Amino acid sequence: MSLLEIAELETFYGASQALFGVELDVAEGEVVALMGRNGMGKTTTIRSILALSPARSGTIRFAGRETQAMRPHLIARLGIGLVPEGRRCFPNLTVAENLSAAARPGRWSLAEINGLFPRLAERRDQMARTLSGGEQQMLAIGRALMTNPRLLILDEATEGLAPVIRHDIWTVIRTLKAEGQSILIVDKTLAELLPSADRCFVLEKGTTVWTGRPVDLTPELQDRYLGV
Amino acid sequence: MTISRETAINVTLALVLLAMPFVALQLGKPFYVTLATRMAILGLAAVGLNLALGLGGLVSFGHAAFFGVGGYAAGILASHAFAGQPLNLGLFALPGTNQMLVVWSVAVLAGGLLAAAIGMISLRTSGVYFIMITLAFAQMTYYFAISWPAYGGEDGLSITIRNVVPAINTLIPINYFLVCYALLLTALLIFALIRGSRFGAALQASRQNELRVASIGIAPFRVRLVAFIISGMITALSGALYADLNRFVSPSMLSWHMSGELIIIVVLGGVGRLWGPVAGAMLFVVFEFVLGGLTERWQFFLGVALLAVVLFARGGLIGFLAGRMRHG
Repeated sequence: MSLLEIAELETFYGASQALFGVELDVAEGEVVALMGRNGMGKTTTIRSILALSPARSGTIRFAGRETQAMRPHLIARLGIGLVPEGRRCFPNLTVAENLSAAARPGRWSLAEINGLFPRLAERRDQMARTLSGGEQQMLAIGRALMTNPRLLILDEATEGLAPVIRHDIWTVIRTLKAEGQSILIVDKTLAELLPSADRCFVLEKGTTVWTGRPVDLTPELQDRYLGV
Repeated sequence: MTISRETAINVTLALVLLAMPFVALQLGKPFYVTLATRMAILGLAAVGLNLALGLGGLVSFGHAAFFGVGGYAAGILASHAFAGQPLNLGLFALPGTNQMLVVWSVAVLAGGLLAAAIGMISLRTSGVYFIMITLAFAQMTYYFAISWPAYGGEDGLSITIRNVVPAINTLIPINYFLVCYALLLTALLIFALIRGSRFGAALQASRQNELRVASIGIAPFRVRLVAFIISGMITALSGALYADLNRFVSPSMLSWHMSGELIIIVVLGGVGRLWGPVAGAMLFVVFEFVLGGLTERWQFFLGVALLAVVLFARGGLIGFLAGRMRHG
């Protein structure tokens, strides 16, 4: 059974429609890539999953429950850990506070996160606003993991980072995948994304236009849907 | 272990406030004991506000409501005890009391209930609407007190004899100061514990971004409501102490001036800083006393000081002396 199932999702920003029937599903233990050019609705889809931008129609089922009428914090508690676009930590809290505020019992504890990201352990008493971009991204991932999510959502987790940090983060993503963590991931670096993903969904103008395994995403299709 | 500059300043403040009444007595100026007590009580009220304003970013312009309700709890219970008439609450009657421990509990309870009611409605708004709606609620309690003749209405209510604490003679000013000082330290301890807790982190995080907090599975409304209630309780307790200090309660404790003064105290001392409210209260009382003795228009100078703080010392007095807020 799918962990997350989205059907005919339509979402509006005020009067303007952003999603025109998105179809998406993520199975337990699967890494799914959500792809598409800028402005095609990837982030809006993610915001709709957590009801940050509530869906106007369609269904979203997570862990067997319809969630589109639920409030964001209750959906998050069902087991969704979001790493939002643009590394949104709490700048006025320390690293340790950022992590502990999110904590829910499970596999991931403060010690585990410190093991995963030794940099965060070094900076535990520093305010999040003083961290580098890469460190803030690690913190955002760590914070999402601290909620011990059944589904981890990464929205442009490696955007704008130095190559060496990018590499570290991809290593962590692969580690999580190897552990059987379900992940929904949006990213632009196909060279890293495609080998890690089990399946891909491509959005165009707010609808799902292509679904399949990464190997089937031929250079022609990449050019058609993702090329600039 | 090195002691941070802020800790050093906090300890100094604590000692200065504690030493003040004793020095005053040595110098044969007992009036200053009352002044120090006033600092401790206003500091306590501002510690309550600091929880909502400093940690939660909730600019409540209605904390006078809690301050006044605490004051009236003390006044009403004491007046019934003095007259020997029980307080008829419809369903049951409550005997009046002159025991401060009971008065404090009632004040804290009443403040908490009022904060829950006001918070339930006000916390659905934010920004300037929150400021206005809390002001509106406080003004409602103000006009209610004015138009309720049973407890003095506009004239207020006198407490004939200061309420008592077991084993302590509160009629002696220095004793009463120590009672207030002890409660202030307790409230500061509670504030520090909350700030360091997971709840405190969530509260400060929800000040930053509500949706981000919701997306890690925390309900920002509930966190804020609980903080607002605790904040109201602390301020109500200080109101009860204030009533007993002056042996008088009046609607002016509920007026918007009072709410404004509490905000000024917090801003002067340092928003969100542990000892900020105490520093602010000490500064405020000094202004009120020193400048108030020179001119009736001392509030003009208070305004200038406030302006200076807002423009040049954003962290208030504590921030000015200790530098930016640090953690850990």
